[in-house]
Amino acid sequence: MRSDDNRYWKENIRILTILLSIWFVVSFLMSVIFVDQLDSIRLGGFKLGFWMAQQGSVYVYVILIFVYLKLMDRLDHKYHHEEKAILEEEQRQENAAADDQA
Amino acid sequence: MSLQVWTYLCVGLSFILYIAIAVKSRASSTREFYIAGAHVPPVANGLATAADWMSAASFISMAGIVSYMGRDGAVYLMGWTGGYVLLALMIAPYLRDFGKFTVPDFIGDRYYSQFARMVAVVCAIFVSFTYVAGQMRGVGVVFSRFLEVDIDMGVFIGMGIVFFYAVLGGMKGITYTQVAQYCVLIFAYMVPAVFISIMMTGQAIPQLGFGGQLTDAYGGGYLLDRLDGLHEELGFAAYTSGVRSTLDVLCITAALIMGTAGLPHVIIRFFTVPSVRAARKSAGYALLFIAILYTTAPAIAAFARTNLINTVNNAEYISMPAWFRTWENTNLISFTDKNGDGLIQYVADPDVNELVVDRDIIVLANPEIAQLPNWVIALVAAGGLAAALSTAAGLLLVISTAISHDLLKRNLMPDITEKQELLYARIAIFFAVCVAGYFGIRPPGFVAQVVAFAFGLAASSFFPAIVLGIFSIRMNKEGAVSGMITGIAFTAIYIVYFKFINPALDNADHWWFGISPEGIGAVGMLLNFLVAVLVCRFTDSPPRDVQDMVLDIRVPGKPD
Repeated sequence: MRSDDNRYWKENIRILTILLSIWFVVSFLMSVIFVDQLDSIRLGGFKLGFWMAQQGSVYVYVILIFVYLKLMDRLDHKYHHEEKAILEEEQRQENAAADDQA
Repeated sequence: MSLQVWTYLCVGLSFILYIAIAVKSRASSTREFYIAGAHVPPVANGLATAADWMSAASFISMAGIVSYMGRDGAVYLMGWTGGYVLLALMIAPYLRDFGKFTVPDFIGDRYYSQFARMVAVVCAIFVSFTYVAGQMRGVGVVFSRFLEVDIDMGVFIGMGIVFFYAVLGGMKGITYTQVAQYCVLIFAYMVPAVFISIMMTGQAIPQLGFGGQLTDAYGGGYLLDRLDGLHEELGFAAYTSGVRSTLDVLCITAALIMGTAGLPHVIIRFFTVPSVRAARKSAGYALLFIAILYTTAPAIAAFARTNLINTVNNAEYISMPAWFRTWENTNLISFTDKNGDGLIQYVADPDVNELVVDRDIIVLANPEIAQLPNWVIALVAAGGLAAALSTAAGLLLVISTAISHDLLKRNLMPDITEKQELLYARIAIFFAVCVAGYFGIRPPGFVAQVVAFAFGLAASSFFPAIVLGIFSIRMNKEGAVSGMITGIAFTAIYIVYFKFINPALDNADHWWFGISPEGIGAVGMLLNFLVAVLVCRFTDSPPRDVQDMVLDIRVPGKPD
């Protein structure tokens, strides 16, 4: 059981490392440190660095969280966590119902 | 209908809605009062978190700040959204699995120390009061500008409304009113933005109009190129270029991001959902709903800046449109004809410049500048109030739980019954509303300065303590406590020195490595991590049951 948890945690950390690296590159490298270099590229009416700093970074943040959600769903599925979660949820609702009656 | 009637109608209807929701969602247990019984569906929690997060400052001031800072304004846009990625990936799911009520709960239990709990309580209360004072002031200001009631009267009305649903419903009442408040505030923000975008660029989506071409009436060409050109003509730095040093921009962004991820009133929202998965999901929804406003704000900033310069520069003072006079009366615009030529000179050089424009005007006067109908202007008033009230309520709840739960139940009076604890929670929120109202009516002169404090403190205290508590089993109380104290002390001393003791030196020449007090929280955070890890190496491992707890919260779906 514990070794299963360990593997789950290792894969979780791997997902975090990848997503947070993208987060770091977008926030600090593209939008702050190399913003002037990126500005030489144009994206319609925007300079790329300016667009990253004021628009693109925020879009990437939203996408990152939803990708994380998908990856974690897959991981939870692999380790059968969602069944436990459903069981727990049912248990909780029963308890709540019992509370209401009391 | 006149503007006045429309405004009373919009504000009145929105208030009735909030009260109706409050009556429907009374809290009957501490679990409901603190975390809405952990029954909130992820989308609803996303909406509530977004309203909780976006304050009077986000709604009224942010577009204006960006408008004056140009590209550097990105520190706020990224700083106040990027933290949600950290929340979703590194904090929310695990704290949800931990399954208690508050942030000090986690700090106190994870570091098996009442002292750590008390440090967290003091930080939570300080950060929340700092923040809430500004909200109450915002309520008063909106009332006075749009409804022509006294600022103090406005604060009282706002206090009454918040008091009603916060005391009655606790987190449950607050959550569902926040859902309604998000809808009101986002509608009020988007309508003028869409109108202005169509007017200036022919694009209905402001985010696209931002990079689009101006219509012929505005002279064509890309909006941002035109704005850069206008700025150069008047002696300002180009709008799309930065003025601040790269290191400072980096530090401010980091401090705001880590501060966001460490703010108790945001974290507490993720305790209200039923499962770990729901916590992840609601963080995604929250950021999505926040991003709608945060990506629109820089577009409004650029539209309004262009419009403003076009309208006022070198124009005759007597031929100014009506909104100019309206806002002149409130002192948000002031004009002094220095060279006596009857024309308005709006330039970078302070000796020649004749026009001072308050940054709040960018959002508040936007609908009037764009000549939108009265109901849109009235909507902006209701939206500003929704933004201020929703944030105030979330903060007041943190203060109340910190006192009734963390201070009394978990520390001083562990034997009180649930009924008593609930009563204390209601009394605490009552006093918190009164103190917040007092700050709203008599704002301490330092409110503006202490905002940096709130984020700096959250970044340099909570964020490292929580992250280490989850990701390092070995982290012990000695490490965490000395880390928090180092982080807080360093950040506080730096800010107090430049903001209160020696404000004359508060400029880039005197800052350490050019890092402003706004950004110093990032350094405080690094110090916290460093000290915590070092001290931990030379002290004992945490007890077995604490290590087991950490292993438990890492894996979802385990019984508590």
